[in-house]
Amino acid sequence: MTDFLLELRSEEIPARMQDRARADLEKLFVAELAKAGILAGGMVTYATPRRLALIARDLPDATEGAREEVKGPRTSAPEQALEGFLRKTGLTRDQLTERDGVWFAVTEKPGRATAEVLAAAIPAIVRAFPWPKSMRWGDASLSSESLRWVRPLQGIVAIFGQELVPCEVAGIESGFATVGHRFHSPHAITIGGAHDYAEKLRACHVIVDQDERRALIRERAGALAAGAGLKLIEDEGLVAENAGLTEWPVPLLGRFDEAFLDVPAEVIQLTARVNQKYFVCEGADGGLANAFVCVANIEAKDGGEKIVAGNQKVLAARLSDARFFYETDLKVPLEEQAKKLEKIVFHEKLGTVADKVERVAKLARWLVEEGIVKGADPAHAERAARLAKADLVTGMVGEFPELQGLMGGYYAKAQGEPTEVWEAVRDHYKPVGQGDEVPTVPLTVAVSLADKLDTIVSFFTGEMPPTGSRDPYALRRACLGAIQLIAQSDLRLPLEQALSLVTAMVWIQRENAEIERDRPRTELIDEALRIGGIDQDGLSERARLALVIAAHPDIEILDSKAPAKVLDFFADRLKVQQREAGVRHDLIDAVFALGGEDDLVRLLARVHALQGFVATGEGTNLLAGYKRAANILKKEAWQEGPALAASPAPQFSLADMAEQSKPFGDEPRRMPDEARFIAADLAGGNIPQTGEEDPLAEPAGQDAAGAAAGERSDDATPVFEPAEAALIAALDAAEPRAAAAIEAEDFEGAMAALASLRAPIDAFFETVTVNDADPAKRQRRLELLARMRAAVHRVADFSKIEG
Amino acid sequence: MILTLHDYWSARGCVILQPYDMEMGAGTFHPATTLRALGPEPWNAAFVQPCRRPTDGRYGENPNRLQHYYQYQVILKPSPTDLQELYLGSLAAIGVDMASHDIRFVEDDWESPTLGAWGLGWEVWCDGMEVTQFTYFQQMGGFDCKPVAGELTYGLERLAMYIQNVDSVYDLAFNDAGVTYGDVYHENEVQMSTWNFEVANTDSLFDAFRKHVAECENSLNAALPIAAYEQAIKASHVFNLLQARGVISVAERQAYIGRVRDLAKGACKAQIDKMTPVWSTRFPEWSL
Repeated sequence: MTDFLLELRSEEIPARMQDRARADLEKLFVAELAKAGILAGGMVTYATPRRLALIARDLPDATEGAREEVKGPRTSAPEQALEGFLRKTGLTRDQLTERDGVWFAVTEKPGRATAEVLAAAIPAIVRAFPWPKSMRWGDASLSSESLRWVRPLQGIVAIFGQELVPCEVAGIESGFATVGHRFHSPHAITIGGAHDYAEKLRACHVIVDQDERRALIRERAGALAAGAGLKLIEDEGLVAENAGLTEWPVPLLGRFDEAFLDVPAEVIQLTARVNQKYFVCEGADGGLANAFVCVANIEAKDGGEKIVAGNQKVLAARLSDARFFYETDLKVPLEEQAKKLEKIVFHEKLGTVADKVERVAKLARWLVEEGIVKGADPAHAERAARLAKADLVTGMVGEFPELQGLMGGYYAKAQGEPTEVWEAVRDHYKPVGQGDEVPTVPLTVAVSLADKLDTIVSFFTGEMPPTGSRDPYALRRACLGAIQLIAQSDLRLPLEQALSLVTAMVWIQRENAEIERDRPRTELIDEALRIGGIDQDGLSERARLALVIAAHPDIEILDSKAPAKVLDFFADRLKVQQREAGVRHDLIDAVFALGGEDDLVRLLARVHALQGFVATGEGTNLLAGYKRAANILKKEAWQEGPALAASPAPQFSLADMAEQSKPFGDEPRRMPDEARFIAADLAGGNIPQTGEEDPLAEPAGQDAAGAAAGERSDDATPVFEPAEAALIAALDAAEPRAAAAIEAEDFEGAMAALASLRAPIDAFFETVTVNDADPAKRQRRLELLARMRAAVHRVADFSKIEG
Repeated sequence: MILTLHDYWSARGCVILQPYDMEMGAGTFHPATTLRALGPEPWNAAFVQPCRRPTDGRYGENPNRLQHYYQYQVILKPSPTDLQELYLGSLAAIGVDMASHDIRFVEDDWESPTLGAWGLGWEVWCDGMEVTQFTYFQQMGGFDCKPVAGELTYGLERLAMYIQNVDSVYDLAFNDAGVTYGDVYHENEVQMSTWNFEVANTDSLFDAFRKHVAECENSLNAALPIAAYEQAIKASHVFNLLQARGVISVAERQAYIGRVRDLAKGACKAQIDKMTPVWSTRFPEWSL
């Protein structure tokens, strides 16, 4: 067993790509070796800015021989087939083996030296490396086929044990030599093998293990801050990034002018982190301190004095720029800034950001006035919405787009807005994606929800919904955000109405723009209103919408079906969200299949009640009973009403059975429930309740089943068999209880009421034959089953539930 | 410093050129970079180029940002394998002591939407300050660079601030007789920031943009790519001025950039068309 070392040295690899690159290197290496049947005893990968390395432990010195067998044509096959096979395998006929009338090509592969396998694997790995971005370089780049790598590849070290693995990629030959730290030890160093790699590099100021560099940065940076009486604000992303930018990390503490602390802390932190990759510190009071930690890549001969001075200078310039923006922005009231939004196009088909703000303001106000969002002041909601986007035109957000919202909040606070208003301005983008904090302050909820609904509806109205993997306007994220806001605060939002309202506003804005250009049409509407005796001011938005549609059948840009499509979109997103939250997708489908529900809170309550119910024994049994009833009805092509009694007599085709068996999973050719029931009945035996093992469930039972039904019809039966009567009584009792519970949105209660049907249903199937020869009885019993199915469907469409 | 760089790169085979006499946002716009990055012929050049970035103006109040400043450009085609070492050698030549300063290559992929160009490389940091943009051109004017050129763009003011150890660009010594950078350029920054942001007549700028676009097309029709490219440079600068005046909306912005790019691409294509017979003869293994 021998260890192998591979180092791929290149010009500086972007820090953000190094972790992925290590994983890819390992994956490719394992795959290449697996092709030769080699498995390493252990593997470790390293990345620094200038090298990507892999050490594989305990490799065999040679591969085992392998016997490979390729199946060919039958010996009876035409001559051409055999010839084709010989061509493919490169063998002659006497080299083939015959077995059971089939030709086989058998090749014995002798074992190969592992070094040889490695020599071939390395170029393959380099060429196949999946860098997120790669480039060509140098003389070879005259051709577009030249090697692509993340940055120019400079050297390859490949040592198996103590031996060089000779290989070559794009003119770079493997060797024992690499280089140390760019400035501390720029000269070539010779590596002996996997055993001395890390230590030889360490002697040359390279810590090759990224985890060690990270730990060092973490500890040293923390210690520096603590030494100055401060606390480092931890940031693992920054630790990793700095470790990816250095081979010999040296954290250093610097200071900046305290006067800069007037600038919002987030701005300082952001510019320090994003632009300079510095850590920031907080003081004893928990506020931001005027100190930072940068990570140099060198043990400077003056102890880092010049480096700190330089970095301080850069940060001062950055902060002075930030302060310039901040102070300039503060001089302009947000409502003045908001006016500039009229000049900013939200989307070319959808008007300006000012148009959007107008809609969001109205919608936010509506949400509060209607009591959908409780505990907020409508005027504040409108105010916050009108200021919310104003920071988009400020200098600070222009420089740091990620500060949108946050800066608006600062500026709103500075100009004396009420707390809930500036908070809403600050937080109205939240939640941004899964895992982000979901606002619960009512005013913020109103503005945030209004903003998201408007965004979604606007783009749908403009026929720009997300398609496949493309979601350029992040509508899925906006929708998820809206769902989270609704669910978190239990908002009883009539979604359809809200969506129609936004659509109406989009249309009316466009209509108004139209009016400016097209007076006659307005006059036409006014005329129509006058004739109709309608007071235009008293019109609801929806009525206005209807008028707009009536007056402009020719508006093409806007999609009149947008609200319905958005509802579907919400349903889709909600399903995804619930699935990710661990709810079974079939339960979600079962509730969604009911349709007509646009109250997400109620919908979720139903899903959760159903989830609890099906987990109980009652639920499972009711489901089984339901399925039997539904299958019989389905087979009878039963829809609603007696008219279907004249439908063709049931026939058990294989196709039907395949169809029927679907909900039961993977057992093919299962007999439909009723046939099984009848067959079992005929046999006088036990009736299987579900589709478990059933010796009688053979298609051959069909004739017998038919015969059984025929025989039964001769019996004199009472008008209602006891089990039939019992089921009717149970339904009579359960239906109003379930209905009342549903009315009260007590879905657990509704399901408990339905659970009372379980015993009567089981008894019914045990003793009553649905498919009675007497058409009246048959009809009556089918109707009873349909009634049972309908009762269950008031809670959820159980046919969608698996199991 | 400029003389040292000239000496250094001249000794390494570069032709030393003079600044192009037009306003441009970056040295990369110099035809010696843009047009020479096309095609298979080796090309090594170094030159100073004044740059104008109207939106970077700070009325002379920021110690680090200027709307007019100088870049030192080096272009080496094909990119030599020891380009990083050559570059570090040039830093040493102008007096950067790499044993006491922290030099780093930080990922920065360069892209010029107005030139239809992109490349991979780094911004080179000296103690946290970006002093050089280091790029391997991959495409120019929408065409693959075959072979790839390496481009170095030094921020001369920033480097000088390091070497002279001053905190503000305006404190840089311009000579040994006490004249500072501020003496030479501060008033210029104040006035030009004011003009760029507040005064420039936007109607005549829009008009100028249209005229440069038309003249570029006119030159292209006459198969004069260099002339066409000059008009593209002018249109680009006018667009930058319009941006500084804040009269171009977000949506329009893309459209304007697209138009400048089309001009630059048109000029690059025309240049390629014109030169292809020569290139193909001298470099039979080259293809577009």
